[in-house]
Amino acid sequence: MLLIECPWCGERDQTEFTCHGEAHIVRPKNPDELTDEQWGDYVFFRSNPKGLHKERWVHDHGCRRWFNVVRHTHTDIVYGSYKPGEPAPEVSEEALKGGKK
Amino acid sequence: MANHIVKVSPLDGLAKPAGSNVSLEERRFLGKVTLRGNPENKDFLSKVKDVLGVDLPLTPLTYVAGGAYTVHWVGPDEWMIHTQEDGEHALVLALREALEGIHSQVVDVSDYYVVMRLSGPAAREVLAKGSPLDFHPRAFRAGMVSGTRYANATIQISQLDDQPSYDVQVRWSFAEYLWNYFVEAAREFG
Repeated sequence: MLLIECPWCGERDQTEFTCHGEAHIVRPKNPDELTDEQWGDYVFFRSNPKGLHKERWVHDHGCRRWFNVVRHTHTDIVYGSYKPGEPAPEVSEEALKGGKK
Repeated sequence: MANHIVKVSPLDGLAKPAGSNVSLEERRFLGKVTLRGNPENKDFLSKVKDVLGVDLPLTPLTYVAGGAYTVHWVGPDEWMIHTQEDGEHALVLALREALEGIHSQVVDVSDYYVVMRLSGPAAREVLAKGSPLDFHPRAFRAGMVSGTRYANATIQISQLDDQPSYDVQVRWSFAEYLWNYFVEAAREFG
């Protein structure tokens, strides 16, 4: 079980949320001019890192708002949440090495 | 056109908790209105206050009870207003008139939700059995409201006093399920 911090409601059980994949995927402004490969890249391909991952979550059993979470895909540690439009929180080397938030 | 409307509740005829440590009552046909708007727009806030008589709660997880209306924070730009039965009609008209020209939304959702009041010495234990929310007084107190879930139902819950009493709002179609779950969960507490 993960505790996810909603920027509005505070720390809540994971079961109140849904994760909707990688954050900050920008839709191309000129889809007509893209090759199939470029469009496929935008639609299907994600970075899938082993490490820090910025992802979109929605607090659907709570305030129903969308926000972003920085999570480590290997340790599953959640390093922080931020509202849409806000910069992602910095994660220090020590925090990563220590395996703690 | 029908001139005689009989209201029915999904909770009609359901058994109540048998013991005395948990009490469960339906708040029958409570008027419910959702309001959305930009909390940074001063005009929006003051127009709404003119109608409701109270300031919209801008602090997350709080509600304000004043006069005929109880106004719950739902999200940063969304509120749920409870009022007495049939009070929703006048409220919707008044809010829509006051907010004319201001980017906002007012919707009567009275028939979409059911509200039940769960109270008694063991009410907190009953809630803890089905919800991931922390109901300990250090985390959730009278004057607070939150969206969460209970078993498989999405609920809005507000704490009214330290008895403790709670108002639980749930979708109409989940009301029977939630009510029976509460009754079953209350059995062990007598």
